Amino acid sequence: MAQPLVKKDDDLDDEAEYSPFSGIEKGAVLQEARVFNDPQLDPRRCSQVITKLLYLLNQGETFTKIEATEVFFAVTKLFQSRDIGLRRMVYVMIKELSPSADEVIIVTSSLMKDMTSKTDMYRANAIRVLCRITDGTLLTQIERYLKQAIVDKNPVVASAALVSGIHLLQTNPEIVKRWSNEVQEAVQSRAALVQFHALALLHQIRQNDRLAVNKLVSSLSKGSVRSPLAQCLLIRYTSQVIRESANNTQTGDRPFYDFLEGCLRHKAEMVIFEAARAITELNGVTSRELTPAITVLQLFLSSSKPVLRFAAVRTLNKVAMTHPVAVTNCNIDMESLISDQNRSIATLAITTLLKTGNESSVDRLMKQITNFMSDIADEFKIVVVEAIRSLCLKFPLKHRTLMNFLSNILREEGGFEYKKAIVDSIVILIRNIPEAKESGLLHLCEFIEDCEFTYLSTQILHFLGIEGPKTSDPSKYIRYIYNRVHLENATVRAGAVSTLAKFGAMVCELKPRIFVLLRRCLFDNDDEVRDRATLYLNALGGDGAVVETGEDVKEFLFGSLDIPLVNLENSLKNYEPSEESFDINSVPKEVKTQPLVEKKAPGKKPTGLGAPPTGPPSTFDAYEKLLSSIPEFANFGKLFKSSAPVELTEAETEYAVNVVKHIFDGHVVFQYNCTNTIPEQLLENVTVIVDASEAEEFAEVASKPLRSLPYDSPGQTFVAFEKPEGVPAVGKFSNMLRFVVKEVDPSTGEAEDDGVEDEYQLEELEVVAADYMLKVGVSNFRNAWESMGQDFERVDEYGLGPRDSLAEAVNTVINLLGMQPCEGTEVVPSNSRSHTCLLSGVYIGNVKVLVRLQFGIDGPKDIAMKLAVRSEDETVSDAIHEIVASG
Amino acid sequence: MANFFSSRDSCPAVKNILILDSEGKRVAVKYYSDEWPTNAAKLAFEKSIFTKTLKSNARTEAEITMFDSNIVIYKFVQDLHFFITGGDEENELLLAGVLQGLFDAISLLLRNTIDKREALENLDLIFLCIDEIVDQGMILETDSNVLAGKVAIQNMDVSAPLSEQTISQALATAREHLTRTLLK
Repeated sequence: MAQPLVKKDDDLDDEAEYSPFSGIEKGAVLQEARVFNDPQLDPRRCSQVITKLLYLLNQGETFTKIEATEVFFAVTKLFQSRDIGLRRMVYVMIKELSPSADEVIIVTSSLMKDMTSKTDMYRANAIRVLCRITDGTLLTQIERYLKQAIVDKNPVVASAALVSGIHLLQTNPEIVKRWSNEVQEAVQSRAALVQFHALALLHQIRQNDRLAVNKLVSSLSKGSVRSPLAQCLLIRYTSQVIRESANNTQTGDRPFYDFLEGCLRHKAEMVIFEAARAITELNGVTSRELTPAITVLQLFLSSSKPVLRFAAVRTLNKVAMTHPVAVTNCNIDMESLISDQNRSIATLAITTLLKTGNESSVDRLMKQITNFMSDIADEFKIVVVEAIRSLCLKFPLKHRTLMNFLSNILREEGGFEYKKAIVDSIVILIRNIPEAKESGLLHLCEFIEDCEFTYLSTQILHFLGIEGPKTSDPSKYIRYIYNRVHLENATVRAGAVSTLAKFGAMVCELKPRIFVLLRRCLFDNDDEVRDRATLYLNALGGDGAVVETGEDVKEFLFGSLDIPLVNLENSLKNYEPSEESFDINSVPKEVKTQPLVEKKAPGKKPTGLGAPPTGPPSTFDAYEKLLSSIPEFANFGKLFKSSAPVELTEAETEYAVNVVKHIFDGHVVFQYNCTNTIPEQLLENVTVIVDASEAEEFAEVASKPLRSLPYDSPGQTFVAFEKPEGVPAVGKFSNMLRFVVKEVDPSTGEAEDDGVEDEYQLEELEVVAADYMLKVGVSNFRNAWESMGQDFERVDEYGLGPRDSLAEAVNTVINLLGMQPCEGTEVVPSNSRSHTCLLSGVYIGNVKVLVRLQFGIDGPKDIAMKLAVRSEDETVSDAIHEIVASG
Repeated sequence: MANFFSSRDSCPAVKNILILDSEGKRVAVKYYSDEWPTNAAKLAFEKSIFTKTLKSNARTEAEITMFDSNIVIYKFVQDLHFFITGGDEENELLLAGVLQGLFDAISLLLRNTIDKREALENLDLIFLCIDEIVDQGMILETDSNVLAGKVAIQNMDVSAPLSEQTISQALATAREHLTRTLLK
């Protein structure tokens, strides 16, 4: 340390001088760690060495297995010292080293001694360390001490035990659950933090028992909670209870609302905020309920603390999505936040204002935003762009101002995600606001003149090919498109060629000129570009005559593929070249449902351009692959549909089983996913005995047992039934899990040789009509409905009887039919008296079905429904009515 | 563990605590979530959050930002930058409370001279303080006085039974104190 001073002309030297760790080296420190072995321990020196070791680990240095073991053993020697400070460092060091099971044994006895020591600090810390490194077997040995510690009169000790319990619950739930009496007692503790930790643990122990949680909340909400942290927890649990009981309240009053409202007057800001947020997130919250929460959030907006302003504006921003009117009161405070130093706050304020603002304030807001855009980061800009898009859809008359704004920011600097968000927004506006189309397309054209992103260029070209020919003067776009053929890379050139061809096909007058341009592309130096040009020239009739383009050529150029590309890709991969040619009809049409709602996370927006990016292979493909790999089921044909897993056991039982129903044309396969949750058992030869006496049309044909089911590694067993081909047979099945159980020695993990046969009753399972329905959406329901025609339309009216709400009735019918809601009609606006819901799907036998549901409130609570079905087959239309009539 | 961090209905959780210097280098960091599995991922996170917040003025009041779907609350003093990260559904004020607790406890322990040099010289206290404030993501204690008390216990006890120390140890202690004061 006492080195001669170097010349202090360099900041770096200066810096190095300061650090007691400068020039520290792993090897040297490991050497130093030998002092741990000295017979005469020097606690201060040992502490310093541990600090150095921790420093190294903290800087990201790693120890090899041998080094770690050596250090660990040396550190264990330090338990001989009675120096409290050193002991504390030893505890931290052991946690950092996360020793292996055989090493843990070395320190167990020392830690257990500390756990029963008279020094509170020892007890608390030893508990935390031991619980961190222990495994299940050791836990049973120390369980007694832990239970005592939970009710220890020293709060630090109690908290240590409770927090350890929270972590252990993930790995050893059955042990921790036995402590609930002690935890219950600790909830009443006078120490604030103990109460917080006890409440958290108690709730986690009981979280699957709704009644118990309900009781917990109602007893504590009467006011015995001391710490703000515990109060925040209680608010979370309360809103959970409210959420779960929402469906069975009779009166209009919401249970526990008064409690939440009362918390708005709590003295701690974190509690006030937690309560306000909980109120805004209540299901179907009314404006009367919202008002007090909005009022406190409004006060936070003018706080001097950035964190408070941020929290308030972020919550109000979310409220503005669903209840814009409720937030308008805060507009003045919100406007002053636009100039907030903290850019996150400013962005949130702007986007909230965009959501709540009225038509007259748009121009003023846009001016403020323009000044502000240049100094925020791309991710915030994206948020602003999205807000402007929805504003424009709300006030179509303002499209000129907003479109201009978008085109201006499109010209400025920005990364791909940002540019993509702008382009997507323009595309959506063009689609939805006819008046904005021409100016929007020109903005896009100008953008591709100088666009560095190939992806965006090709997407815009594709879009131009669809929309451009339908405008009043298609010829003005040709120049922009043909410029691409000269100036861009091969991918963009190929895209431009396709777009040109589309103009040629759609606009007769342009055809001869397009031919000239396409012929020039025949000499391109890229294969794909040349091929496309040749193909289109031939398809359009390359003789240059001005003729009407044939229907099938149009279909070829513009027809959309009505199957998801992922599915097509998979089918093509599975296709083996043979005599039989590839049949596009054999490609499954089931779409993995795309989330329709706008997610808050950036980057997960609904795509405005072209097809959505292909996601990971759907579970459907995984099931299909799995089933086709089992010889017994290989000849069942093509999988029609797989249901979502249905639980056949209660949560947290010895064996967890759920079932997936796989529907084939003439067969049904039940896939039972089993998990063994008992570490001391190994199950072998696992089968499910299915009694199909209440399912007359089904006959069992095959079953595939599971050879062995070790602890905590899920396995599957299958049972297959034959059913009449193409018929939507329904029925009820009762299930019994049968297996041979063998004891497992927990220390060695080896199973005994002899097993005992045993059975375990599972819940019943039903095959219902909805299992024969595929969720397949249509993009434009009205078009689909009209083109389906009235030939097989069936209309009837039904009384649904008393229901809690319109929304609940709508959901029930959707679930009953198992069809895909279209155009967001599954969402029922609150307080509406009637609602129309549009559904689409494909019924077994590949029959397209469209359903229009009209709901109305009839009398005080009774709900009536008019059901109109159109399909390609009248028996199917009748079948849909049958489902509703019998459901 | 994953469960502990994902579920909104469960307890508030802290994903990491960072103390960086004025160049973004680590003084002390602690990660509780496995969202950043490797040291490289951790360093990348630190670098980007440091650059992102560098220009803001977080000296009088703690500042806040959203970063990769996480909430980050930060406060700077002298050449030290304190950060705390939580999930994007977390109560911002609650996280701010934890950061404030840590910050105040460290000022107590360092006797109000919080800077990098002082922090590194008392790094053992900083490590213990971080260890006492959050346990594997679960908030353990936020009251700065209690925190500082828990950490400081050792110092009192070490110096108290002076008689138990050997002469050489006492000399070593004295020498060390001297060097420290000389270097200041």
